[in-house]
Amino acid sequence: MDKLNSYKLGPDQNGRFGIFGGRFVAETLMPLILDLEKSYQQAKEDDSFISELAYLNKYYTGRPSPLYFAERLTDYLKTAKIYFKRDELNHTGSHKINNCLGQILLAKRMGKTRIIAETGAGQHGVAVATVSARFGLPCVIYMGAKDIERQKPNVFRMKLLGAKVVPVRSGNATLKDAMNEALRDWVANVNDTFYIIGTVAGPHPYPEMVRDFQSIIGKETKEQILDQEGRLPDQLIACIGGGSNAMGLFYPFLDDINVKITGIEAGGMGLQGDKHCASLTAGRPGVLHGNRTYLLQDDEGQIIEGHSISAGLDYPGIGPEHAWLKESGRVQYVAITDSEAVEAFKICTKTEGIIPALEPSHAIAHLINIAPNLSKNDLVVMNLCGRGDKDIFTIAEHLNMEI
Amino acid sequence: MTVRIDNCFETLKLTNKKALIAFLTAGDPNYNLSLELIKSLPEAGADIIEIGMPFSDPMADGPSIQASSLRAINSGHKMEKTFEMIESFRKDNSHTPIILMGYFNPIYNYGVNSFIKKIIDIEVDGVIVVDLPPEEDNELCDALEIADLSFIRLVTPTTNSDRLNKILQKTSGFLYYVSIAGITGSKRPEMNEVETAVKEIKTKTNIPIGVGFGIRTKDDIERIGTFADGVIVGSVLVDIIKNNENESAIKDKIVKKVREFASAV
Repeated sequence: MDKLNSYKLGPDQNGRFGIFGGRFVAETLMPLILDLEKSYQQAKEDDSFISELAYLNKYYTGRPSPLYFAERLTDYLKTAKIYFKRDELNHTGSHKINNCLGQILLAKRMGKTRIIAETGAGQHGVAVATVSARFGLPCVIYMGAKDIERQKPNVFRMKLLGAKVVPVRSGNATLKDAMNEALRDWVANVNDTFYIIGTVAGPHPYPEMVRDFQSIIGKETKEQILDQEGRLPDQLIACIGGGSNAMGLFYPFLDDINVKITGIEAGGMGLQGDKHCASLTAGRPGVLHGNRTYLLQDDEGQIIEGHSISAGLDYPGIGPEHAWLKESGRVQYVAITDSEAVEAFKICTKTEGIIPALEPSHAIAHLINIAPNLSKNDLVVMNLCGRGDKDIFTIAEHLNMEI
Repeated sequence: MTVRIDNCFETLKLTNKKALIAFLTAGDPNYNLSLELIKSLPEAGADIIEIGMPFSDPMADGPSIQASSLRAINSGHKMEKTFEMIESFRKDNSHTPIILMGYFNPIYNYGVNSFIKKIIDIEVDGVIVVDLPPEEDNELCDALEIADLSFIRLVTPTTNSDRLNKILQKTSGFLYYVSIAGITGSKRPEMNEVETAVKEIKTKTNIPIGVGFGIRTKDDIERIGTFADGVIVGSVLVDIIKNNENESAIKDKIVKKVREFASAV
């Protein structure tokens, strides 16, 4: 077998990570994504683009986000030193803003005058609505009608920010249908519209571009841990829906082969039935939304709707680079159930005084599970990619509590 | 076989006629009625039949065809049943070209080689896969070409001349001109623009050109017939299935609609 020189070389010129990725889109969109690819390749070499993004990251988002030693959780688990990468402290409350700022600057460069996006939990939708307001561009957010019901605070935030939120009732009325609908909008409005995809999925160049914009998480983490501990961490842990926060943390560490890396999928009610969203641990390769990747699908190749207590992990696919990292063996992927995530949510809240979103609560749950096997000298970094305010209604319902 | 499609266009040309290409989704609203509808199309005046392979997430299709896909899936339709329908159709009809239309995932899931073997076996003539642009030719198109099956390409209002040349290199059967930048069954095409575009393409190729997306009226069909070689109708037909409960009413109305359209080409 050929030994890889680097895990960071992908994608190739056809947008492939091994067999994954690609450009599986209708002809109408092809000229657009080729144009986008060209514009992105130019922008990322352009000093003015780089410095404008750096300025916004610092003064608008509040980066760098702290790398915080979670001392009380460490004491509670009597285990390795646990660090949180505090991306929940970003403006808008999650890592999603990192990508949205990059893409809206690109939209501006390309002369686009209208923004569209899909959203599941609404964190990406809020981030898109925010940058659209900041840059004075009209924006339309597609959101599954079911998600609109369960994520009311974020819907209200998007509306306050001036976005038009369009309920999607087709299909199963959740995130994948919202993405279908956004793609349909894009096909019909090719000249003036920029589609801000929220995760490391979709046709090339989106998986690469979103990864690059999110990689600031891992770059900062590397500097901060070297500064605070004088060495690299032993483990990185991040939750995975489409996989953007995880890709952002992992990417700068992929060639540091002594750093163990684990992605945490939504195991929902368990992997036995179909009430989960663990596309990597329980799905198989297929083609959806412009790329080949692991998907939840039935025997006929029809896409199955996943389930997770966390609307942000509720997507039947996964970024193609994660599919490749799984097959190459560089990253391990593990599923955590709804109940484990809620338990971790409670523990984090009470020991650290930080209310995490349900998505990173999955990563915390994994940390709790592996704690007995870790040594006290180990350093573990977990990406706390979003804050939990949006989830209090879901948690209350799960715990049968009244707000 | 590419020859069945070629013969169809050549025969029509002799009488100065254009091809009516009628689309229905396999298994919509159920296996038996769907088979009956497809069998009734040639006599009603369809020259080529385009059969949709249902997919849960048809991104390039509008609400009509998406709903039709879901009706079929919910009725328990499977890929094998689409093949059974075609086998049954071919028992009584060996001349009407059949084109399978769909998205790549169900084909990839079935296995590209098994799929090609099967459709050769049951005498399918061509395939349209919406989410396989020329950039992904090695996924399916190259193998179809070797097997002498048509891979029917889409050309859209966003296709520039560089891409057009690339697309024309590997097109057989006919070229599908998408009349709008948009999804199936949505806005009405601007006929003058479509005419200009089709005439432009015709300067570069002799391959027949069919026009589809948003075509709902006899007038539009007549107009398209003046500059293109074929016209594709889909959403307007599957809407009849959506809007009617009674099976014989569905059949009557679809046959009547296809007759009306056939008289205009």
